[in-house]
Amino acid sequence: MLLNIKDLHVSIDGKEIIKGLNLSINKGEIHAIMGPNGTGKSTLAAAITGREGYEITKGEILYNGKSILDWTPDQRANEGVFLSFQYPIEIPGVSMTNFMRTAMNAKREYKNLPPMQAGEFLKKMEEKKKLVDINAKMTNRSVNEGFSGGEKKKNEIFQMAMLEPELAILDETDSGLDIDALKVVANGVNQLKSEDNGFLVITHYQRLLDYIIPDFVHVMFEGRIVKSGGKGLALELEEKGYEWLKEPYAG
Amino acid sequence: MENTKKTYYPLENVLIKHFTEHAVEWEQSDPPEVTSQRKGAMDYFKEKGFPNLKMEKWRGTDLDAVYQEELTVFDEETPFDKKVDEIFECEVHGFHTRMISVLNGSFYSKEEAKLTVSPNGVIIGSLARAQKEYPEIFEKYYGKLPNHIEDGFKAINTAMARDGAFVYIPDGVELSGDTLQLIDILNKPNLAVNTRNLIVLGKNAKLSFLHCDDSVNHHAGLINTVSEIYLGENAELELYKLQNINDETALVNQVFIDQAANSHVKISMLTLNGGLIRNEVSDALNGEGASCDIRGLYLVDKEQHIDNHVSVLHNAPHCDSNQLFKGVLDNKATGVFNGFTYVKKDAQQTNAFQRNSNILLSDDARIDAMPHLEIYADDVKCGHGASVGQLDEEALFYLMQRGIPFADARMLLMYAFADDILKEVSIDALRITIEDMVKRRLRGELSICDRCVLHCSNPEQPIIFDIDLSKI
Repeated sequence: MLLNIKDLHVSIDGKEIIKGLNLSINKGEIHAIMGPNGTGKSTLAAAITGREGYEITKGEILYNGKSILDWTPDQRANEGVFLSFQYPIEIPGVSMTNFMRTAMNAKREYKNLPPMQAGEFLKKMEEKKKLVDINAKMTNRSVNEGFSGGEKKKNEIFQMAMLEPELAILDETDSGLDIDALKVVANGVNQLKSEDNGFLVITHYQRLLDYIIPDFVHVMFEGRIVKSGGKGLALELEEKGYEWLKEPYAG
Repeated sequence: MENTKKTYYPLENVLIKHFTEHAVEWEQSDPPEVTSQRKGAMDYFKEKGFPNLKMEKWRGTDLDAVYQEELTVFDEETPFDKKVDEIFECEVHGFHTRMISVLNGSFYSKEEAKLTVSPNGVIIGSLARAQKEYPEIFEKYYGKLPNHIEDGFKAINTAMARDGAFVYIPDGVELSGDTLQLIDILNKPNLAVNTRNLIVLGKNAKLSFLHCDDSVNHHAGLINTVSEIYLGENAELELYKLQNINDETALVNQVFIDQAANSHVKISMLTLNGGLIRNEVSDALNGEGASCDIRGLYLVDKEQHIDNHVSVLHNAPHCDSNQLFKGVLDNKATGVFNGFTYVKKDAQQTNAFQRNSNILLSDDARIDAMPHLEIYADDVKCGHGASVGQLDEEALFYLMQRGIPFADARMLLMYAFADDILKEVSIDALRITIEDMVKRRLRGELSICDRCVLHCSNPEQPIIFDIDLSKI
């Protein structure tokens, strides 16, 4: 099992946001987590990736069978956990090329591999840029600086393609995207999907799931998964909204 | 007025004694105007002495330890016996400069190169020589800035400086192609030196000037430099100050600029290392349409102290000024930023901005940021601000989520923070070198030793210049 989350409780500043969540993802699967705003979806992504300030008060996160709770964020990343950020950060003065090379070589160093040769690196970058239709000049620019909302999200998928994670978490990747950019992003994800990796797609709306077809859909409400199903569940949610699911659990 | 100060510090005594012993001798060779300036300045110094913490402009910068030292006053020319690149190796590769040097306070070169005149009328060389050979230019500009005596350092410099660099670019001449590079170094122990530079740009003249303060050993010392810079109408100056001195040397560096109409000044003050550095830039925009952009970056750690005082005086309408200083302070390093913008009553249509941003990497590091505006005109756009903070946690997490370990992520963010200043260096080869030095400084790999051929601490250490792309 790629990811196995058991009875997870997460607090921020002493306030419990995730209240006993269970989720298992196998390699080759795409899982979607849907749910209303403020229900703990992004908190789950932060907890899996080890962000500071997200306190795991109870439960366990196993990744490839190992507990990752004591791992630093960079260690989790280098073991193959990737987060596509809802709000990617701008880093002026650091070019995309140097940023990616630093990240790739950090991973290689972690795996006790020698740094990648410049030629090989550039070739890989050219190849992956095509995947998400990234402008050739974009990689010479500073990381996300002056990028449009769509470019930032494409750039996240480009980074994912470069780093080839085993577990990719897409946090609201569709927010702020027009339909064309959405198709490009979804196409990138579909091409990266393989029998060796798993995806966790966090989204508020169903429309992304028209292009990234999930194997499983989970509905999250007030810090728990309250319903799981196949891709049909997403359509049902689109039709009925979330209210029908909330009632039995609210308050 | 004599001796109104009750007690003197050892260094004050040394300086006063030196002056008393040499004043008569200097009077023989100095023009009467200079003699009178020296006397006036020495009277001031005897009365007030060196600045202290109680003075508004020196709050936060304590030089007491320097004043307690009995440094040796050195104002002689060092005989030319080897090329300056045998004393000091310059790191800027792929970058052609015309290099001049001031060694231990005096212009250093072969006799015939002490003062050279080009066919286009450009004069470059020793200030002491210019005083003798070009008295009409020297006397027109030297010491002519108003209020040139405001504190003990300026005063003692005016009283005692005997040499330094002289640069004269006549009307309409652009010193393009080559950047002029001045290297200011100390290579003798325990010296107190007073250096004076005079730079004059005529109408429509253009100069790109790199001034490096470097030290080549680990001996304590005091460098007190005053530079006077005059720009004629439409003149353009790019000035880069690169400071990489040892932890034992105290550097007091004052730059006074007088700008005529439509002249433009761009300054980058880059402090990479130094035990105690005080930079003062005072720029008077005296003609309509003049502008200045003064930027600074300081990277200090250990117990280093950096003090940047910048004042821009908008004395004429339609002038623009910008001050942007950024700093990273680690360990127990301390700093002061004091930015002052003055807009005179009639200086309408002024645009003046100043900003100071700091990152403190430790709980013990400290910065006093003091931006001031004083505006007497009513049709102006002015802004100022200061910030002190830590590295952006979200950005740090973003980098670490990409697998970059904490230490490297932190370094990348510091580098990104410095970028506003570095990107303004318009000479490509110089910018690349400075970027490289900043990267190495942030990694803790830059020491003053790997820049000089003496290599006192590690004699066989090879010099490595390649930028390591894997690290950044």
